[in-house]
Amino acid sequence: MTTATLFGLCSSALVGLGLFGVIVDPHPLRKILAFNLLGSGVFLLFGVVARRGAAAGLGGDPVPQALVITGIVVAFAATALAVALVLRLFEPEAGNAVESEATSAGLEVDGGRS
Amino acid sequence: MAAAFDIGLIVLLVGIGAWMIVVRDVVVATIIFVVFGLLMAIAWVRLSAVDVALTEAAIGSGITGTLLLGAAARLKGADAGGTRLSFPITVVAAVLCAMISASLAAVALLLTYPAPTLAPMAMQNLDQTGLGNPVAAVLFAYRALDTLLEKVVLLLALVGVWSLAPDRAWRGVPSLDTTVPPSDILAFFAQILPPFGIVFAIYMTWTGASNPGGAFQGGTVLAVMWLLVMMAGVMRAPSISNVWLRWLLVAGPALFLIVGFTGVFIADGFLAYPPAYAKALIVAVEAALAVSIAATLGLLAAGPPERMQQK
Amino acid sequence: MSSTMDAFTVLAISCGAFFFVAGTIGLLRFPDVPTRLHALTKADNLGLGLVALGLLPQVAGPLAALKLIIVWLFALISGAIVTQLIVRAVR
Repeated sequence: MTTATLFGLCSSALVGLGLFGVIVDPHPLRKILAFNLLGSGVFLLFGVVARRGAAAGLGGDPVPQALVITGIVVAFAATALAVALVLRLFEPEAGNAVESEATSAGLEVDGGRS
Repeated sequence: MAAAFDIGLIVLLVGIGAWMIVVRDVVVATIIFVVFGLLMAIAWVRLSAVDVALTEAAIGSGITGTLLLGAAARLKGADAGGTRLSFPITVVAAVLCAMISASLAAVALLLTYPAPTLAPMAMQNLDQTGLGNPVAAVLFAYRALDTLLEKVVLLLALVGVWSLAPDRAWRGVPSLDTTVPPSDILAFFAQILPPFGIVFAIYMTWTGASNPGGAFQGGTVLAVMWLLVMMAGVMRAPSISNVWLRWLLVAGPALFLIVGFTGVFIADGFLAYPPAYAKALIVAVEAALAVSIAATLGLLAAGPPERMQQK
Repeated sequence: MSSTMDAFTVLAISCGAFFFVAGTIGLLRFPDVPTRLHALTKADNLGLGLVALGLLPQVAGPLAALKLIIVWLFALISGAIVTQLIVRAVR
């Protein structure tokens, strides 16, 4: 069995594990972690495709590799947004959004003074 | 021997992944995730994808780990439990997920040789870009539109994070320094490491043209240095309404767009480079992108503003 | 000459691996945080140092060798700082 096939099996296991975590884990932050695990599995599958496409003196096909780099960065952006949403959701003093007009007007005065 | 190493690594990866799913404590799960990311970086080296390995170690493990650890620590007191699924449904979910794994494994086993590849074409056109790193050439020439849009996605995500600020902190300051207790040792670390880190980030961005590395990896190192000095309290987090900061955020994508549109007039089309200046243009775009990526990633990890600027 | 160098590499890396194993056993077996950190720093500093030393004869030139040494130094610095932070956090 080649390295690429071995890591192909690894990526399929990671996708299954991550998906299971996303479905059954009740904790929102754990769901985000599991989603990242699922994403790692998918990226690894891209890596396997890249490794199999090794040619022209390269160790792997650079096109899927570049796609994975883009993917990792975008996954981080999505994770950051998801974490911000979760933190806002479980903030002890939720309900800032419905504060009255007067409070925001007071904030303006405050902002001008500081 | 090599196969034994791969099998050991794969057993570790799958085992650690499973442990992360089943472990009870959220903070522990996050630490396991960081370890998983570092092992993934080794897996990428085994797959001859050194550029991806650097990205995974820096972003997938490093800065994502910082973000999630901070979130886990803040959620510790909060009751973020949610309802647990009943046992039969959990079993059904497990069986279905196992089936997806099995079908993906079958796909991996049934892939036939010769595999389709774009590597010869990428190498053929490498000369036109003047670069020596085929992955950088793909990112900034062949798939330049992807890379440009990815930067826009990063900015949009940042706008999304900022829009979650409470009313009292609108256009305020992200409070990073309050998540870490003040410590003279951390402050010392934040004073000795950044000079080396900044040099290393510049080197990584520069060498990305011909060796593994590039704007993403260099920018991430820069972002982490910035986060370190902000967390240690050596430097204060900026107000998100700061005009300089906002210019920094858009400088990279803006230069990329300008170069892209210039290509319409002096080269073959949008995001095309004239061959004589290709390398110079790509390195200039990469340098500007590294700074913008650093600012964007740092602010994404810092989270929404939580208080107003104190002067 | 090269076989002597190879033998040196194997010996140094084996010693490094030994310290990693010893450090890991210590991490698992020692009773509290300071002693565990003590075991871990031995693995990090000495183990990684020996691995880096063993790899030195195998690299292409002095610049690559310098990079290996720098990697080890940075691991030393971060290890020392993080150990201090952890110990203060658990006190």
